[in-house]
Formats: sequence, C-alpha cells, structure tokens
Amino acid sequence: MSSLDQFRQETREWLSKNCPESQRQPVKKNEIIWGGRRRKFPSVDAQLWFERMRDKGWIAPDWPKEYGGGNLSVDECKILEQEMRSLGCRPPLYDQGLWMFGPALLKYGSEDQKKEHLTKITQGEIRWCQGYSEPGAGSDLAGLKTKAEDCGDHFLVNGSKIWTTYADQADWIFCLVRTNTEVAKQQGISFLLIDMESEGVTTSPIELISGESEFCQTFFDNVKVPKENLVYEVDKGWEVAKEVLKHERKLISKLDHMTEKEDRSVMELAKEVIGLDSNGKLRNSSLRDQLTRHLMAEQADQLSGLRIFQQMRAGQPDPKLPLTMKYANTSEQQRKDELFLAILGNQGLTWQDEAFPKSYRTLVQNWAYNKSLTIAGGTSEIQLNIIAKRALGLPE
Amino acid sequence: MNMVLNEEQRLLKDTIQDFLSTNAPVTAFRKLRDTQDNQGYSTELWRHLCELGIAAIVMPEEHGGLGFGYLGLGAVLEECGKNLTASPLLASVVLGASALELAGNETQQSLLDEVASGSLTLALAIDEHSHFDPLQTRTSLTENDSGFTLNGHKVFVLDGHTADRLIVVTRSRGEAGSRDGLSLVMLDSQTPGVKIDRHQLMDGRNVASIQFEQVSLPADALLGELHNGFAVIHTLIDRAAICVAAEMLGSAQEVFDRTLEYLKEREQFGVKIGSFQALQHRCAQMLCQLEHCRSAVVGALAALDKGSRGVSVQASTAKALANDCLQHISNEAVQMHGGMGVTDELDIGLFLKRSRVCNQIFGDSIYHRDRFATLMGY
Ligand SMILES: Cc1cc2nc3c(=O)[nH]c(=O)nc-3n(C[C@H](O)[C@H](O)[C@H](O)COP(=O)(O)OP(=O)(O)OC[C@H]3O[C@@H](n4cnc5c(N)ncnc54)[C@H](O)[C@@H]3O)c2cc1C
Repeated sequence: MSSLDQFRQETREWLSKNCPESQRQPVKKNEIIWGGRRRKFPSVDAQLWFERMRDKGWIAPDWPKEYGGGNLSVDECKILEQEMRSLGCRPPLYDQGLWMFGPALLKYGSEDQKKEHLTKITQGEIRWCQGYSEPGAGSDLAGLKTKAEDCGDHFLVNGSKIWTTYADQADWIFCLVRTNTEVAKQQGISFLLIDMESEGVTTSPIELISGESEFCQTFFDNVKVPKENLVYEVDKGWEVAKEVLKHERKLISKLDHMTEKEDRSVMELAKEVIGLDSNGKLRNSSLRDQLTRHLMAEQADQLSGLRIFQQMRAGQPDPKLPLTMKYANTSEQQRKDELFLAILGNQGLTWQDEAFPKSYRTLVQNWAYNKSLTIAGGTSEIQLNIIAKRALGLPE
Repeated sequence: MNMVLNEEQRLLKDTIQDFLSTNAPVTAFRKLRDTQDNQGYSTELWRHLCELGIAAIVMPEEHGGLGFGYLGLGAVLEECGKNLTASPLLASVVLGASALELAGNETQQSLLDEVASGSLTLALAIDEHSHFDPLQTRTSLTENDSGFTLNGHKVFVLDGHTADRLIVVTRSRGEAGSRDGLSLVMLDSQTPGVKIDRHQLMDGRNVASIQFEQVSLPADALLGELHNGFAVIHTLIDRAAICVAAEMLGSAQEVFDRTLEYLKEREQFGVKIGSFQALQHRCAQMLCQLEHCRSAVVGALAALDKGSRGVSVQASTAKALANDCLQHISNEAVQMHGGMGVTDELDIGLFLKRSRVCNQIFGDSIYHRDRFATLMGY
C-alpha cells in the first residue's frame, strides 16, 4: 500500500471514530461553528468535533505545525477533503481569517505576525472580517479612501468600510487603507490589521433581500493602530490584497460553505414535485431539459475542479482555467436556484410562512441569498474583465 | 481517474501536431474540397498516419495497440479538429474497429491488424432518419437457409463510399423502437444489391447513403449475437460521442484562437477591436464554455480508459457540451470577423460548417440530453 493509501485509510478511521454523528448532517445556519472571543458552541457535539480537529491540526490542515496547522501535503489535504466529504463531516470552524486572510498572511506576514494571528485562527480564538469595500469603492476597489496617517509609533485611521460581512461579530478586521495619495492609486494602499475593540470603531448592520443581516457598514473615527499591525510594507498592500482575493474567489467558487445545504438534490426534488410519466420521464419536458443542462454543467464544473488539482499535482498548471471558475460556478449556482424555483412553482415563493415545508423555504431563501454570489468577491463583470485581460491577453 | 496527459501521451500529441500542421493543415482540406476529390481524403496521408500508429492507439495489444488509451486518441482527434483533417480515423477506427473489437469473433477480429495498418477501411451504417436514433432501426435482416437477407436504406454513412467493408446496424426482429432485435452484420461494400451514393454536405467531407436490396449474406456475416446487438451499440455510442466531441473540442479551440488573434490585430475607431468590452466579455464567456467543454471531454476520455460505470452519462455530457460549444463559438467567430467572417477566403466558415455536421454525428444535443435524463432515471 502506498503511503497515500495508508494516509487515506488512517484518515477515514480517525474521522469515523472522532466525528460525532450529529456533525455529519448537512449544517444549518444556527449550527455553524464560528470562532472568536464570543465563541459559543451550538452543541456539545459541535464543541467536541471542533476540539478534536483543532488538536489534530486539521482546522488548517495545510498550515505549518508551529501555527497550529496540520502540515499536510497537497495530496494529503485533498484526501482529507474527500474523506470528510464522503462521511459528510461538517467544517469544524467557519472564519474568514482561516479561509482568506490566513493564507495571504502565510505568504506576506512577518514571523511575529504569523505566530500571533495564525495561531489564534487555528485555535478558533479570534474571528476575522474583511475591510475592503467602501461606499465609493466597490469594483474599483483601488479607489478606496479610508485614510491611515503615519503618527510615529501608530497609524491614525479615519473613514468607513461597507458590506463588511459579520463585522458586528468579528474580533479583528484586515483592512485596506490609503497611505499615499501622490502615486497611482494601487501604489498608495497598505494592508492593516485592526482590533475591532479599538476605540473609534463602530458597526451598523444592513439588511439583505434574503431577510438576513450579515453585513455592516464599519466606521473608523480616529482609530489608533500600532505600527506592528502593518502587513508587508507601507504602500505595498495591493499585492497582499490580491492574494486574499485569490483565495476568496476560490472559496466562493466552491460554494459549499455559503448557504444551508439543500436536503435533497434538484433531481430528486423534480421527481417528487413534478412526477414521472408512464415512460419514467419527468412530466414536464421543458423542465426535464433544463434540469439536464444544469446537471451536465455541474458535472463539468466538478471535472474542472479535479482537472485544476491534477494539473497542479503533475506540475503543469494551466493559468487560464482557475480564472474561469468563479464566474462559471456562481452563474451555474444561480441557474440551479432558478431551477429550484421553477420546480417548486407557487410552493416556492416564501421563506417566511411556516405553513410551507422547511426544506422548500430554505431553497427559496438560498435563491435570494445566492444573488450575492455574482457580486461578492468581485462581480461577474469584473471576473470577465479579468479573464479577458489576463487569460486571453485582450488589449486595454 | 487521471485527466492529465502523461509523458508519452504528450509526446504523441506533439508528434501529431507537428505532422498535421506540416502535412494536413486546413489548406490541404480546402484543396480536397475545391477539387471535389473523389476519395475525400488523401490516401497517402492516411498511410502516413497509420505508420505513425494512430489507427492502433486504442486497439487491443495483440492487434498492435499502443496503449496510449482514449486520452491519447482524444489528443490526436483534437489535433485533427484543429486542422480540419479529413481522414478515416473516425469511421474506420473509432466506429468500425470498435464494433469489431466489441462484437467480432476471432476471425472477424483478425481484420483489426489490417485496419490498424490502413490497408483496410471500414464504415458503420447506422442512421436511417433525419436524426440519430438507432432504436428506430428498420433496415431488416431475415434469416434463411444459407444465411441472411438484408433490405433497407441507410443515410449519413461516414466514409460510406470509400470503405472496403460496411458494418450495418439492422433489425432482425421486433418493432422499431425496441432494444431487442438489433443485430450487426459486416459485408463487403461490393456485395451485389448494395447501392452506394456519395453526397456533398456543406463540410466537404465524405458521407454516403446506401440502399440494400435483397442482399444475400452468409451466416458468418453476423457480427456478435443475433438480436442482441443493443449492448454493443450502446458502447459504440459512448465511444463515438466522446471521440467526436474530442475532435470538436479541437475545432472550437482553433476557431476561438483565430478569433482572438483577429481581435488583437484589427483596428476600428482608432483602437484594436479587442479593447471593446462588449467583445471582451463575450470572449471571456467563450473561454469559460470552452474550458467546461474540455473538462467534460477529457473527463469522459479518462472514464473510457478507466472503464467507469458512469461513462455513458459522461459521454452524453461531453457530446452535448461539445455540440453547444462549437456551435456557439463558430457563430461568434463569424460575427467577430465582420464581413471577412462570411467570406470563403477565410477558414472561419469551414469551421462553422463542420460544426453543424459534427452536431449530427452520433446525436445532437437534444438526443444526448434525452439520453442523459433517461440514464439518470427521470
Ligand atoms: C454577500 C456579500 C458579502 C460581501 N462581503 C464583503 C466583505 O466582507 N468585505 C468587503 O470589503 N466587501 C464585501 N462585499 C462587497 C463586494 O466586494 C462588492 O459588493 C463588490 O466588489 C462590488 O462592488 P459594489 O457593490 O460597489 O458594486 P459596483 O462596483 O458599484 O458595481 C455595480 C455594477 O457595475 C458593474 N461594473 C462596475 N465596474 C465595471 C467595469 N469596469 N466593467 C463592467 N462592469 C462594471 C458591476 O459588475 C455591477 O454590476 C460583499 C458583497 C456581498 C454581496
């Protein structure tokens, strides 16, 4: 048996022994394990699962051991992911620090910063949020204006961020700030880490079309930020910002952490709601065709993901393919959401009214929530701009 | 399931790429078309390609197979698609040799050596209607004392007028539409009672319609079991759909690359037309579609090599996505070339026309979406 096969077997055994049964069901929103100072476990099992994974180093399986990671190779990480998926194990921790900021800090942070922040992420002690967008700077992110003045031993930060997901729940924010107005806009940005408990930081929640209120506007009013909280160099924050975005887009294109998982596949739902005729075909031939188009696209999406991984492992990465993933997967997810609604008909028009089945209502609410997939992390139009320029080399 | 080419497969791809771009570029195909060449492909080119071993890529090893697998064959077909190379690879090897390999007895399979060397060519006569649908086969095969009698009419037979032997899908019992009662036979194309007419389709390639009138066949003309040909046909559909999709992928990539080049070179309003966002976004979407299609095709080729159980579903996905992808990209290519796009001087139109013919080979997208849904049980 190769060492990878052995790793797979051991991993499977360990997971089946250590992942409580309740942590193998599709996760509901109120069952998510968030870390942070205000950490509160949704259940005893959830806490057990989190602690076992933390102690194993598998909260961040690919990070170095000294920061609480698992030090696993690319192949081992893939195996762990596959085994967790096949057992249906829930993620042991949700955190933007873990998903987006951590990987960038690994690349750009100082040793002290990594020790301090990465460790707290893997231990689930600090929860992060992302301070990029501003009221005047969305797609044109580099046009941001939140100002950080150099005051000797600290920066003085003034301005505001918007669409900051879970800013009201987070402990720290990784933030893009303007440190130079004399140069081209990308060249005057720095990457700052700010404790949300600092004096002068306030948040106010914003309600979404899905009825949830996940994001906030975040205000900075004369906030003092110690110099050691600068990542990389002054005015070089754009580079770090792009690294974060790379991970963010990969994350969004994987989709599975975003919303409550539906409890049956779109195919099963179609069979159940629309029914089959005497030939075993879906009664509505147009929906049958739409469903097939979606399932085929989904199959291709999954194969693309596998292809990226296999290329990377073979040392022959194709730079174009990953650039297409966010656009392709989020568009397909929205087509799937529309298909869910088409299948449900007049049974799929509410998430508020409890007279309707919970599983239907979840689908409807996901439909509304998922409208943000083609906006967050760089809109679809911006993705197409990036593909056109970087993958296809089309002129400015 | 591995989707990345290994060292040998990459070498094979490079060799074929070099060979075809020197010996069989699109201009060579244009010449065949313009001279209305009787054969429809260059015999010499086919001989060379067979010397390079491409007809033997997926054959069983005892018949000279090279062990590059379908992933390797797919890479070759992709190159053929890029160059619009006309050759018997599809008809004689992917369809004909596959049928022999799947259904033939030892004597029949001994022909595989000749197919691999190019000295014998095969064609598969399967279609009878406007659309691919083998279950609807009506061409009849009746048993008699000395063997069989064959009657009926086949259309859209690839390389039907040049092949040495024909493999014919027939109905030996039951009603059109039924799985039971399908049988395959193989016969010499010179057999009395066989009337072959070549047709000119818009892609300038080889197709024929074939009339069978009271054709007497010996008992050993039967390929595989009488009445039980469906399983063989089912596997043939998988292989053919995936291989045609691989060729189409190559054509789609090529016509897309040519369009991008044009966008970077043509100027209007004092700027390159490739700087217009309206065109950039459409190109970016085409890349997404192309990569999707590539994943489906390469995944399906890998599934064939692995003998995966879900290969039929993947085959239908690959063909449906390839049909839609090449159709869309070839349309966009014409549009983005402006007036030049509708001239015969440019090759773009050749890809456009080939795309529509390929759509119909072993099933258009509607056929394959229906097949997918049926296989999935809805
Ligand atoms: C659910 C969700 C969570 C988010 N979480 C965070 C977070 O935690 N932290 C954070 O900092 N931000 C977050 N965002 C913000 C997100 O990054 C921005 O919404 C996004 O970058 C778009 O900016 P905008 O909303 O200002 O839209 P705009 O930039 O104003 O775009 C409006 C429209 O114009 C189009 N457009 C703009 N520029 C171009 C162009 N050059 N070419 C073609 N079309 C163009 C856009 O595609 C869009 O359709 C979140 C957003 C959502 C929806």
